[in-house]
Amino acid sequence: MNPELEILLIAVVTAVACALVGVFLVLRRLALVSDAIAHAILPGIVVAFFLTGSLTSPLLVVAAAVTGVLSVALIEALHRTRLVAEDAATGLVFPAFFSLGVIMVSRWAGNVHLDTDSVLLGELAFAPFDRWIVAGKDLGPSALWMMSGILVLNLVLILVAAKELKLATLDPALATLLGFSPVLLHYLLMTAVSITAVGAFNAAGSILVVALMIAPPAAAFLLVERVAPMIWLSAVLAVLGAIGGYGLARWLDVSIAGSMAVMSGIIFAASFLLAPERGLLSQARRRASQKLEFSVRMLAVHLLHHEGTEREKEECGLDSLSRHLGWSDGVLRQAVGHTVHKALAFVESGVLHLTEEGRLFAEDLSVGVD
Amino acid sequence: MTQAQIPAVEVEDLTVAYTGQPVLWDLDLAVPAGSRTAIVGPNGAGKSTLVKAVMGLVDPVAGAVRIFGRPGGEAGGTIAYVPQRATLEWDFPTDVLDVVTMGTYGRLGWFRRPGPAERAAAEEALEQVEMSAFAERPISQLSGGQQQRILLARALAQKAEIYMLDEPFQGVDAPTERSIVRVLDDLAALGKTVVVVHHDLQTVVEYFNHVVLLNVRIIGAGPVETTFSEENLRLTFGGRLGVLASRAAQEF
Repeated sequence: MNPELEILLIAVVTAVACALVGVFLVLRRLALVSDAIAHAILPGIVVAFFLTGSLTSPLLVVAAAVTGVLSVALIEALHRTRLVAEDAATGLVFPAFFSLGVIMVSRWAGNVHLDTDSVLLGELAFAPFDRWIVAGKDLGPSALWMMSGILVLNLVLILVAAKELKLATLDPALATLLGFSPVLLHYLLMTAVSITAVGAFNAAGSILVVALMIAPPAAAFLLVERVAPMIWLSAVLAVLGAIGGYGLARWLDVSIAGSMAVMSGIIFAASFLLAPERGLLSQARRRASQKLEFSVRMLAVHLLHHEGTEREKEECGLDSLSRHLGWSDGVLRQAVGHTVHKALAFVESGVLHLTEEGRLFAEDLSVGVD
Repeated sequence: MTQAQIPAVEVEDLTVAYTGQPVLWDLDLAVPAGSRTAIVGPNGAGKSTLVKAVMGLVDPVAGAVRIFGRPGGEAGGTIAYVPQRATLEWDFPTDVLDVVTMGTYGRLGWFRRPGPAERAAAEEALEQVEMSAFAERPISQLSGGQQQRILLARALAQKAEIYMLDEPFQGVDAPTERSIVRVLDDLAALGKTVVVVHHDLQTVVEYFNHVVLLNVRIIGAGPVETTFSEENLRLTFGGRLGVLASRAAQEF
């Protein structure tokens, strides 16, 4: 395999693994916990790195899981004292862990290839140099193996415990009553997030992991209405973000991790704007059509009220209608156009009159008004 | 057939406190099996807390809960719970049938997926609350009354012996209220025990045959005819009864 393909594969596998755990973080409103964990695991990573000299050893995964879960437990313990709010507890614990890691890196690891830059942003371009060699045989980049293993773990968790995670997310009380400990499930998920974060460390560093975990599920949330499609769609969007991000990085000759995060952001923005049901544009369109629908009704009722009265010419004249209804000319023109188009009214010498159908329509609406 | 003598729910010397402040103070209570019991009391009387303590969702400072004579912790699936509907996140991406099926998860246990039997149980429960047409509807698109009926259906799918409902009639439309009452009647006919936290004093006599008057302590508990007296209500609600009664009257 050529190194470029290897890098691309690592990027894809990392993005999918992140998106899978991200689905439940988004659903549980724990999006920022991924950020906290990605930072808090640093001291665990540094210690394991000192012991093994590698960024892809299994010990790293264990160390990250322990540190990540420990930080979550500490945040919750701090919160339980009722002296600190939960967000403040998060804001206190993860910088403490992270700064400990940063101090360890800068003090002792200055001359090895673990520096503060790669900690923050990751360095995917170097990943193919670290290879897994068994009995003299080159099996490919270690990072790819490690990340694939983590992806499988996440898949197993989500496939096996989908029902439990869903129940504990939607209704923790019922989960407790039916014997599915929400606390256990929470820590299972937090362990998965920690392990995924350490794996993604190579590819994305500790800051951009959160983009890979949150953006694809947040985009998928707007596009589908069930958990299972949300999981698969998140994975697909993650693949698109990774491939697109890699292409962007090659094209502009910039950081791969940065480009992947930007691409994920673009995918989210597209879904946010264009999602067919819940996107910003379709909502605006729906609101506009509701408004038009309503102004047609008001117009019809207004015409009915003044039909055949002395002041009909004044009240229902095209030139004076906007004054009587208090509408802008634009709104009125649209409403009149729509009303005429639906054959509810017609214009005769500058005055708007209801058709037979329009009269029935307006009478229907007026029932119960008086 | 000794079950008739053993209370469905028995509470002994139960005290529950939040940060040192007793919410329930030394409660003794027996809910007869097969009864339709209303828990009535002013705001802050601890009605929801009592239900949660019986369900094992809050830990008491003292005392014990027994379900059909056995320790509360072993009750497992024999009690079904209908929480106040605001406790759920209704924008969760799933449909009505899926939520109702969750009532069957207790029988399934860990990692086993719901199959045709669970689906059938969920569909039957949906029919009981007259929501079959909504099976495929995302739960984010339900009205308050529909949400309430879904939660009731979920409890029905659990096929429990005791049903505990926390304010099921709070802010629901008339069809939903009728539908819930009909389900409670059906459950009573099957000999199930129904316990309802209830806020509408006007309908207690009509809907229930047993009542618990609660205000941090038990003021009275027993058959509606004898226990639901003006004297007991005054003791439960204090001077506020007049206000409450007139407000309730205005609502009707």
